[in-house]
Amino acid sequence: MNAASTYDTLRALADSWGLAAMAVVFLVLCLWPFRPGARNAADRAANSIFEDEHDGA
Amino acid sequence: MELVLMRAGVWFAAMVLAIMASALAVDWGFGVHMVICAAAAAIALIVTLRGGDFDAASRSVLRSPMPGRYDDEVIRWAVIATVFCGMAGFLAGLYIALEMAFPALNFGIEYIAFGRLRPLHTSAVIFAFGGNALIATSFYVVQRTCRARLAFPGLARFVFWGYQLFIVLAATGYLMGITQGKEYAEPEWYVDIWLTVVWVSYLAVFVFTILRRSEPHIYVANWFYLAFILTVAMLHLVNNAAIPVSWFGSRSISVAGGVQGALIEWWYGHNAVGFFLTAGFLGMMYYFVPKQAERPVYSYRLSIIHFWALIFLYIWAGPHHLHYTALPDWAQTLGMVFSLMLWMPSWGGMINGLMTLNGAWDKLRTDPILRMFVMSLAFYGMSTFEGPMMSIKSVNSLSHYSDWTIGHVHSGALGWNGMVTFGALYYLVPRLWNRTRMYSVRMINWHFWLATLGIVFYADSMWVAGLTEGLMWREYGADGYLVNSFAETVAAVHPMYVLRCFGGLLYLTGASIMTWNIGRTIAGHALRPEPAFGGIAFDPAKDVPLTPATAV
Repeated sequence: MNAASTYDTLRALADSWGLAAMAVVFLVLCLWPFRPGARNAADRAANSIFEDEHDGA
Repeated sequence: MELVLMRAGVWFAAMVLAIMASALAVDWGFGVHMVICAAAAAIALIVTLRGGDFDAASRSVLRSPMPGRYDDEVIRWAVIATVFCGMAGFLAGLYIALEMAFPALNFGIEYIAFGRLRPLHTSAVIFAFGGNALIATSFYVVQRTCRARLAFPGLARFVFWGYQLFIVLAATGYLMGITQGKEYAEPEWYVDIWLTVVWVSYLAVFVFTILRRSEPHIYVANWFYLAFILTVAMLHLVNNAAIPVSWFGSRSISVAGGVQGALIEWWYGHNAVGFFLTAGFLGMMYYFVPKQAERPVYSYRLSIIHFWALIFLYIWAGPHHLHYTALPDWAQTLGMVFSLMLWMPSWGGMINGLMTLNGAWDKLRTDPILRMFVMSLAFYGMSTFEGPMMSIKSVNSLSHYSDWTIGHVHSGALGWNGMVTFGALYYLVPRLWNRTRMYSVRMINWHFWLATLGIVFYADSMWVAGLTEGLMWREYGADGYLVNSFAETVAAVHPMYVLRCFGGLLYLTGASIMTWNIGRTIAGHALRPEPAFGGIAFDPAKDVPLTPATAV
């Protein structure tokens, strides 16, 4: 496989399925915290840094 | 015993190899560097052979409290290294700013010429000051949020001391003129290999600490730290791919050349900003701002979106450093578009940090540490607005190669990175040394105002200088010739260069006050007698509404 055809293959992938896959993965990751029931999990995580304040430090 | 023998053997072999390499060196700088490596290996050998309880010795040197639930000794060292490297980097910055205004300060000595000191300054503030701050805070935050002790304590110490050796090799190399000529990636091939070893160890310590966690959820600050460590590893390996001219020399040839090399360099360079100076420091922000404000982050779900948007968008923004070059037009436009899209997650993150203070804004009156965090977020917002704007091709044609870029970088570095680091240091020092609070709260306030004013002088003078240069460079006369010579633009911005020095002096003065304050806190001095912050007694006589101007 020469350099030009490698470029063409990658370029074709990058502006078709590759782009679509990246966009879908990105959207799923961003929407994941908004799935039903995730609000409580997020609140718990946000407050987790305030548990056991005195850590011996 | 066998373990000690094996470790001693490794250090001894390293020392012998370094001595041999220094004897065979084909250039002077490489020889000096191998002597430094041999000395470092000798120190490691002696420490290994003497045995004993190093942590006890270290605790008595640093006046540390008794060990607690978490492994904090290496963090204390990293805090001290952060303060030291910050002072060194700021001082170098002030000196090269003075050299720009008054070139006589080069004194004709090659070792302090602007071209040698400039990478020393940038690496000292980014990789030494910023890097040590990231090592210190990441080790602190990952233990607290995972409720687990640091994995591999020995390897964690190797990460810290190995990173210091990297800093020494890089800094001495710049002064001797050893450089790859790649901005922010100046160290040569053998220093790059050493940094790779240190960085993989850093990744191992961080990941295995997360794996040992006793908290089910991984707090978002760790996501940012992990993205920082992983991406910097990838960037470092790809951009520094090079073939040494000699195995005993300090010169190498980059694998990629021409426009490909330039694109790889700025893919690296911009993501050093994106993942070293942004993702890593956002890890600090998402832990220390809520802790200091004593309120959870405004929206945890927004912080997740902030994270993924930053990760997915930043990596494509690099080509905006190569507008109007040999880089294909589509690649330039791609870099510009992704830079513009980055504005949204950046401002989402800024709003998330600032709104954490929602309902607690009054704390700003009494807490100068929180002031630092808020100012830092404000500068994060300002520079992440300015950056995308400057990446627009038509704006870039005015701003590129001018001092506007320098002003932009410093509003980000001094404002965002510097302020958040100072805030984190003021948060960490009393806790790491088991003091009730910093030696002086008033001094923190002085530091805050000196640093803020310093940045204002710096950024404003560089905006004016940059616009002046950009407009003078592109001015054509009626006859179609350029109106100004380059030397005329240099003379025109001289007053701005002097103002910049004044801004840098203010910033350095603030950092000196911090060094004194932290030193006193660590040494365990009695708290400085000073009036409490915001402790103003209520005076009913003064509590009257203003008379409207029309009533007079």
